[in-house]
Formats: sequence, structure tokens, C-alpha cells
Amino acid sequence: MSAASATSAYAPRTGGSRQLAGSGTLLRFALRRDRVMLPVWIAVNALMVLSMPNTLKGLYGTAAERADLIRQMETNASLRALIGPVFGDSLGALTAWRAGIYAGALAAVMSLIVVVRHTRDEEESGRQEMVSSGAVGRRAPLTAALLAAAVANGVLALLLVGGLAGQGGAGALALGLGIAGVGMVFATMAAIIAQLTESARLARGLTAAVLGAAFVLRAAGDSAKDDGSSVLTWLSPLGWLENLRAFADERWWVLLLFAAAILLQGAVAYELAGRRDVGMSFLPTRPGPANGRLSTAGALAWRLQRGSVLGWSIGFFLTGVVYGGLTEGAADLVGDNANAREIFERMGGQSGLTNAFLAAMIGMLGLIAALYIVSSVLRLNGEETSGRAEPVLANAVGRLRWAAGHLVVAFGGTALIMLLAGLGFAIGYGKEFGPILGACLVQLPAVWVIGGVAVLLHGLLPRAAVAAWAVAGAVLLIGWIGPALNVPQAVLDVSPFGHLPKLPGGEMEWGPVLLLTAIAAALVAGGLGALRRRDLTT
Amino acid sequence: MTKAITVSGLHKSFGRTHALDGLDLDVETGEVHGFLGPNGAGKSTTIRVLLGLLRADSGAAQVLGRDPWADAVDLHRRVAYVPGDVTLWRNLSGGEVIDLYGRLHDGGRAKRVRQGGGGRRAGGLDRERRAKLIERFELDPTKKGRTYSKGNRQKVALVAAFASDVDLLILDEPTSGLDPLMEEVFQTCVEEERDRGRTVLLSSHILSEVEELCDRVSIIRKGRTVESGSLADLRHLTRTSVTAELAGPPNGLSHLPGVHDLDVQGLRVRLQVDTDKLDAVLRSLSESGVRSLTSTPPTLEELFLRHYQDEESASEGAKGAAGAPGAEGAEGAMVR
Repeated sequence: MSAASATSAYAPRTGGSRQLAGSGTLLRFALRRDRVMLPVWIAVNALMVLSMPNTLKGLYGTAAERADLIRQMETNASLRALIGPVFGDSLGALTAWRAGIYAGALAAVMSLIVVVRHTRDEEESGRQEMVSSGAVGRRAPLTAALLAAAVANGVLALLLVGGLAGQGGAGALALGLGIAGVGMVFATMAAIIAQLTESARLARGLTAAVLGAAFVLRAAGDSAKDDGSSVLTWLSPLGWLENLRAFADERWWVLLLFAAAILLQGAVAYELAGRRDVGMSFLPTRPGPANGRLSTAGALAWRLQRGSVLGWSIGFFLTGVVYGGLTEGAADLVGDNANAREIFERMGGQSGLTNAFLAAMIGMLGLIAALYIVSSVLRLNGEETSGRAEPVLANAVGRLRWAAGHLVVAFGGTALIMLLAGLGFAIGYGKEFGPILGACLVQLPAVWVIGGVAVLLHGLLPRAAVAAWAVAGAVLLIGWIGPALNVPQAVLDVSPFGHLPKLPGGEMEWGPVLLLTAIAAALVAGGLGALRRRDLTT
Repeated sequence: MTKAITVSGLHKSFGRTHALDGLDLDVETGEVHGFLGPNGAGKSTTIRVLLGLLRADSGAAQVLGRDPWADAVDLHRRVAYVPGDVTLWRNLSGGEVIDLYGRLHDGGRAKRVRQGGGGRRAGGLDRERRAKLIERFELDPTKKGRTYSKGNRQKVALVAAFASDVDLLILDEPTSGLDPLMEEVFQTCVEEERDRGRTVLLSSHILSEVEELCDRVSIIRKGRTVESGSLADLRHLTRTSVTAELAGPPNGLSHLPGVHDLDVQGLRVRLQVDTDKLDAVLRSLSESGVRSLTSTPPTLEELFLRHYQDEESASEGAKGAAGAPGAEGAEGAMVR
């Protein structure tokens, strides 16, 4: 035994299976840690795809309606950029068209989170050192992370294949494998990036940026060609997914692209992982200034959050430009389908189609801004539970002042990103600056209510503050899927977004806007009051 | 002499755990006060109450004459704190954090001071002192938070605390992770603070450090103060080990009050004696004629161990633990 371990200590770096020792244990450990997170990701993704045939049946029930849709998609570049081209008129083909790339993107996000969480996150926190001091190979953590992602994507694929088998076994298999394939391409991509950076946050951000680029490439390619044959489309894993043509004469060989990308990226990540020191990265951390200029708790909060504010600002502005530019074309298509028109009108809340589309898209951004405000408010929680708040508060900084710094960034940042989204929309659409900006800003009270709930949770139940994510998620679900599913008004009314005036196009109503603002203010006041009175969590 | 910290009958529960169970603590102004206790005894909880981070369930606490909960912010202008486990922001450099803490300390007052002339003090810290401390602690202030080792993170907090202009330093196991050289630098710094008339509350596990630095100590266990006083006072309550080689056979030693663990081998005698009964033992020994004599005062470690052990395992544990002078009947001697 001792002889064996002595040999392994002097074994060459590339040497054999010992590099993987402990992978199985680490995999079980990873799955145990993710036992809530992964099932939720998988279930949401699968439900979104599996509910699609039914929804589409309602929208495009007759053959004539479907033929109409396909004709429209051939001529409408905007909508192709948004969703991708249609390759067949079966319910299965329409499902693959409507849900495919979004399910692929969701699988990609899930995969990158899982991989970074079990690699760079562990190293950055220092937990990896202890694990690696056991009989654990140098490449075992990466192996376990990739296997955990493979398990998650595999289960997702199984659910999709099983659930869509009724639409055609081959198509279901192609779509399931394609979506899981996109997931694994980004799992291995994240595995490479996690070797390059020392910060898990940065690794996630960079991988997400690659995903965004893949989406944009596909969108550009699809708006140029109506059959997915553009080079740009082929450069994007999401483009491969649509070019699999599930339920429409599947091109099985496209799966080879996924396999090649996964193997190649996996090999690169493995090579890198085996060569570097635990906790170190290939891109070194630059030294910082020897003297600091931060002088207040507010400045500190801004310094900590400015990167995220910048990222969200760019994202919202670009989304605004893109969707603003697509508005006219998209409205044209919807105009020809009575059912789709009805859904848009319910989301947007009025009859002018362009306005309804704009209102629906702006409303969607408002819902996404709720995610920003929750993540920003919960920085308070992270600072407190990590112990970083304690020495700050041991200085001459009151709790309110400390919290206010982060809350200004959270609530003001929401206003900033919605304003930038409005500018983007107005630039993309090219007219109606005032009404579009107004429509974006009118979302703020509803977003602030969600932020207020997060503040209240942090004040009252700091250990359960992450429940704010569930609130934001529920609101997102109600706003996103509710209108398409004929959910009763009582449920829609639960969300603060349901009470906003329908802009642009509708009447501005100050009553609900002021009321929501007042509710948000009350929630924040309640949360801060509780924060002042309770013990600091340590 | 005024008190820097007075605490009496402090209670604090977390759910069913009684972290503090009637704790008392008195720290005189200008002294270095050692705060000792096993893990989980309630040291950090007490310190967090003193900083107004936790609110006591009952009991009274005053820091520099103020209520730590109600007057937290004003009080913190005069207090510097070093936690036992320093967490830094991963993307801020050590220098930035030191200056941030310095400025937060003043709550913006420093700016006014600086603008009103002087210029030596900037950003709430004494710049000269800051530079000197960074040099003494051999800290690289340009490294980012995530790249510091534990000891270096600790140095960041120590430099910030020692460079700030305060009346009271609260240090919660501040030297965990420091190497012996840095430990010495730390001790020099604490001595300098005392010479400047500042009060230091030093929670520590390193007994040599406490023995070296502290004027008085308080030992707590299970949320309660079990011992408090100067080291001399505490030693007086405990036993001295005596080893002697005698000219003639010893006589009547076993009947003397306060003698324990008597071991006579021919003319060689080893025993433990309650320090206040030492006189009678020496007299008895000299009656037999003393050839050589070693007497060892109890170390703080022995004091400490005595209080660490639970009542039920006291006698058993004491013998096993580092040859602590027999603790049988110790409880009797130690009752306050």
C-alpha cells in the first residue's frame, strides 16, 4: 500500500487512471449537493417543451393555418431571427421550431452552472484543497462535474424523448439528443473557461457570453437564410440543433458535430486541468492598487456590484435594439393568425398589433429585471452570511447606511437598465421614443415590489432570503406562460406586473403605478426596520 | 480608574443553545485584557454583543460608557475590531480594504480633518503608521483578496486596526494563521498600543501570548465567567509544583493542608501545593534539610486546562492532559 502510494507520488503527470481516482465519490457528492437545483432546472425545461404540442395545436389547429405559418416564416426574417426557421408542418416539427433553441439555451445555462459550481467555485472557496488532499486524482473534480452535467442532460433527454414519442419516435430522439448535446457543448466549454479564470463568477459570465454569441450568430444566420444553411448558423451549436431538423427528415449526421465539439472541448479542459496547480488559473490575477479610494459603504456597494450593473445594462440595451428592430416584422406575422394575435393582445393588453408586440416584449424585460433586482438585493445577504459585513459594521457604519448602499444599486440599477432597454427599443424601432421609454419605466414599480419582497425577506428571515428567487420565478412564470395557457385572472392578479397599465398604446393609469410604488416602499421600510432590530447572522 | 468595558449577567440564546449564560466581564481603561475560553465558550458571541452586532437577551453591557446596541455607530468610531476569520472581497486589493476600513471608521470625518490642514492623516488612517505597519507585517497591499493566505488576510485586518486612531481594540483570536515572527510583530504592536494608553480586549488561544501581553485575564466556560483577575491573582489560587532533594527523610508532609500528589522516593520529594499554603510546606522541608529545590509556578496552561475540563471528567482528564498538576479537589479550590 505504502509502496503503491509512493509510486503514484512520483508518477508522471499524464499518468494513468490515478488522475481520476475518487471521481465516482465526487459525482455522488455533486448530485447530492444539487438534488434540488438539478431536478428543478430539468423539470422547468422539460415542461416548457412538452407543453408545446398542446399550445401549438390550439394556435395552428388546421393544415391551412400551418401552411400559412410556414409561408410567413419563409418571408419573415425578423421572426426567423427570433425563433429560427420551420422545417415541417407536423406538431412535432413546430414544437422543435418553437421550443428547440430555447430549451437548448436553458440546458446550456444549467450545464455551465453545474460545471463551474463543482470546479472553479470549489477551488475559489478553498474547499477543493481539502477534497484534493484525499485520495482524489487531479482530474477527478472535473470528471465528476462533467458527469454530473451529463447525468442532468441525459435525464432531460430521456424525459423529452419519452414525452414527445407520441409525435414520432425518431424526431423525439433527435430533439432530445440535440438539446442535451447543446447542454454538453456548453458544459465542456465551461470546463475550459473554469481552467482559465480564478473567479467562478467570471467563468460563468464568460461562458454565458459565449452562449449569447452563439444565439446571435444563429439569429443572424437565420435571418439571412430561411433554411438554416447560412455559415453563421453552422458556427453556432444552437444552429446545429435546428439543423438536426427533428421531426422533419432528421439529419442524424449533425449529431457528430455535437460529439466532436464535446470530445474536443472536453479533451482541452482535461489537458489544462491536469497541468495546473489547484486554485490557480491560466489567466493570472492582476495586482490591485496599494492604496484605496473607497471611503463609504455606498462606494463599496457600487464597487462590488458595478460589474454586474454594467453587464445587465449592455444586455438590456442590446436586447432592446434587437427586439425593437424586429417589431414591425414580428407584428406582421402575428397579424395573420387570430389565435397568436389573441395571445399577444392578452400579453400586451391592447389591440394595435405593433404596440401589443412592443408591450409584450417590454413586459418580458420587466420580468427579467425582477431577476436583476433579486440578485442585487441578495448581495446584502451574501455579504452578511460570508462574514464580510461584520467588520464593515464594526466600523462607524450603521446598518441602514450599509444596506442603503446596496439598495440604491439594486433599485436605481433597475431604473437604469429599464431606461437603457427603452433607449434600445426606441433606437431599434426608430420612432415613438417617448411612449417606448414611458412603457419601460412604467415597469419599475412592479420590479421594485419584487425587490421590496427580497428586502423584507432579508430583514425578517435572513436564512431564508433566497426564497426571493422563488418569488421572482413565480412572477416570471405567471407573466411568461400565463397568457398562453388561459390561466384565470385571479392567478394573473397575484403578480404585480398584472396591474401595470398596458403601454405603449394603452391608457396611462397612475393609480396602480403609485400604489405599487407605495407597496414597494412599505416592503423596503419593513425590511430595513427588521434588519435594524435583529442579530447579524454569522 | 474608569472601565472600558463592563458586562454583567449577559444572556444570549440561539434557539435552544445558550451561548451566553450570565457572563460578566470588566476591562479597565488602558489595560490589555485576556479573554480566554475553549471553543464554543461564547467568546465571539460576547464580542459580537460588544460590537452591537448581536443583541443580548438580558444583562447589561457598556463599552466606553455607552450602550453597544443603541449607540453602535458613534461607539465604533472609537473601536477597532479584528475578527478571528477575516473574509475579504475577492476583487479588492488588501490596500484598498485597509483604507476602506479606515475611512468607514470616521464616517467621513477624516475628509474634513484633511481639508482643514494637517495632511498627515488621510482616509481616516495615520498614513505613516499605515506604511510602517505594512512594512513590519511584510504585507503586500497590492494583492487581491482572493489571493491572500489566511495569515495574510489576518494581517490586512490587523494593519487596518492598528493604524486607526481609536481608544479600544477588540481582537478576536487575531493571530490565528500568523507565523511566529509575525506573532512577535503583533505582540510589539499590542505593547505599543498599551503604551499609547489604549485598551485592548484580546481573545486568544495562544497562552504564551496572553501571559506575555495581558495585565488581567477572564476565563469563560459555557457562557459564564469562571475566573477573572490578574495573572498573579489567578496563580495564587492554584498549585505550585515542588521538587526537593532532602538531607533527611521528610516528616509529616502528608498531613499538611493543601498538599496534593505527594510522591516520596527515599530523600526525593515531589508534591503539589496550593500556592497560599506554600509557606508551611517549605518550613517542613527545611526541617529535614534541603539539598536542592525546584519550585514551578503554575502556567496559564494549567490554569486553563483546569477550567476546560467538565466537572465529571475533571480528575481523569487533568492527569492525562499535559501532566497538569493533579486536579483532584480542584473544584473545591477553584470555586469563586
